[in-house]
Amino acid sequence: MPTDTDRSSGRPTRAIAAASLAEPRFVRLTLLGVALAFLGLFLALPLAVVFTEALRKGVACYLEAVSEPLACAAVRLTLLAAALAVPLNLVFGLAAAWAIGKFEFRGKQVLLALIDLPFSVSPVVAGMIYVLIFGLQGWLGPWLDARGIRIVFAVPGIVLATLFVTFPFVARELIPLMQEQGTAEEEAAITLGANGWQTFWRVTLPNVKWGLLYGVILCNARAMGEFGAVSVVSGHVRGLTNTLPLHVEILYNEYQSAAAFAVASLLALLALVTLAAKSAVEWRARRQMRAALAPPKEQCRV
Amino acid sequence: MAFRKPSVLPGFGLTLGFTLLYLGLLVLIPLAGIFLETAQISWAQFWQIVTSPRALASYRLSFGASLAAALINAVFGLIVAWVLVRYRFPGRRLIDALVDLPFALPTSVAGIALTAIYSSKGWVGSLVDPWGVKVAFTPLGVTLALVFIGIPFAVRTVQPVLADLDPQVEEAAASLGATRWQTFLRVGLPALCPAVLTGFALAFARAVGEYGSVIFISGNMPMKTEIAPLLIVTKLEQYDYTGATALAVAMLVASFALLLAINLLQCWGRCRHT
Repeated sequence: MPTDTDRSSGRPTRAIAAASLAEPRFVRLTLLGVALAFLGLFLALPLAVVFTEALRKGVACYLEAVSEPLACAAVRLTLLAAALAVPLNLVFGLAAAWAIGKFEFRGKQVLLALIDLPFSVSPVVAGMIYVLIFGLQGWLGPWLDARGIRIVFAVPGIVLATLFVTFPFVARELIPLMQEQGTAEEEAAITLGANGWQTFWRVTLPNVKWGLLYGVILCNARAMGEFGAVSVVSGHVRGLTNTLPLHVEILYNEYQSAAAFAVASLLALLALVTLAAKSAVEWRARRQMRAALAPPKEQCRV
Repeated sequence: MAFRKPSVLPGFGLTLGFTLLYLGLLVLIPLAGIFLETAQISWAQFWQIVTSPRALASYRLSFGASLAAALINAVFGLIVAWVLVRYRFPGRRLIDALVDLPFALPTSVAGIALTAIYSSKGWVGSLVDPWGVKVAFTPLGVTLALVFIGIPFAVRTVQPVLADLDPQVEEAAASLGATRWQTFLRVGLPALCPAVLTGFALAFARAVGEYGSVIFISGNMPMKTEIAPLLIVTKLEQYDYTGATALAVAMLVASFALLLAINLLQCWGRCRHT
């Protein structure tokens, strides 16, 4: 909640508040200037440069770069990886949040820490673990190779790496939400004769829909944009195992700067759409929260 | 004590079973594989790989640049959070949404964009070049890329704590005669301290493992601008799996230690809060 104490209240402390609760005007302006300059330099400038560089050689060149067959293949693979990774991690997130949020059991804290684990692993290491297992020199590699199955340097490896790096997103949003909401509503539904599925679909899911959507948006952005982990397992076979972020790298390293930025601008647009969707969901969720009269409770997760 | 408290709700076995199976197959077994793979070489060999001069140089760069970037983020993240929570100005919501850009923008896009800005012909690079300051392809460039990556961590951990800060406490300090600066130093900052430190640690942890946004701007010269994750990739591409896993184990141990530190910090923050 924004705090705007010094303006609205007509309390006796107002004079003091006005004098001592707000910084002097020049301090405020300086802080504002510093913050805007910092964000402008680090966030707005890179975004601007992507679009300027993309259009440097003209619109025709831009359209050609984003519609050539290799770029289209990269788009398709990126969409495929996200279309597999997001639903799987969504199901996992719901299952984990139900088990952790609605029940009390031993070892819960350990489980929570383990679910967060992929966030603290370098993306490079995330890709590498699958190379070690499924690569030709890996443990299962020779066995799989004898049967003509390729996982690493092929599409399944890319999906696995994407699954790993996007693993905690949905679960992380849902678990605190479900813990906070408690079990009273579900217990009421069960007592009134609903079965487990009905309770889940009609009571739990509507309660967590905004958190769920929020997690899916973040998960999808990372799934489509992942670079490090996918780069390690992809093998960079053009047209076959090249996702959009990898395609950007290849074009850039071949000094096709305009084409690289043109493809990058697609990903930048995706990022902007993600941010807009995320803000919209946050806004709706906040409005709903305000509508529900009960103030949000602090939950302690140690 | 029983394994779990009894409950009328169904589905505990199913959901917990699925969670553990999925977690195990996708995360735990593959990660354990790295440690098993390393166990095949002797301790002396392992130590030799992880302390080779090239590896040491890459840790120095990775950890040094990450530390510098996290410090920059801690300071500016606090300022940005302060401005976004306390001040009202046009475009505030837009800027608030933009803070999450590093989460949403693929790292390779960020990498080439930053390189284009800071190379000697770029928008900023060409401004500082006459003064003899080189940004791209130096450790300074690596640090800037890591600052970009860490911004949302630093801002988003401080923002909610700042918004929850009870204005009455500051009013009390002010009414007892404290100046605005004293109020901030003695009342505001101690309350924000755990959040700032957590943001710092999260930004640092993310920066240490970061790969995509750095490799374009770093130039990747061994011993000079080669970060640790890139060294792992180089070894993998040379099919030196032993070397790569040994380095990965060293990095995993470092990030687990960081994770532990972050959890302790958050714990501390909550204890102060309640």
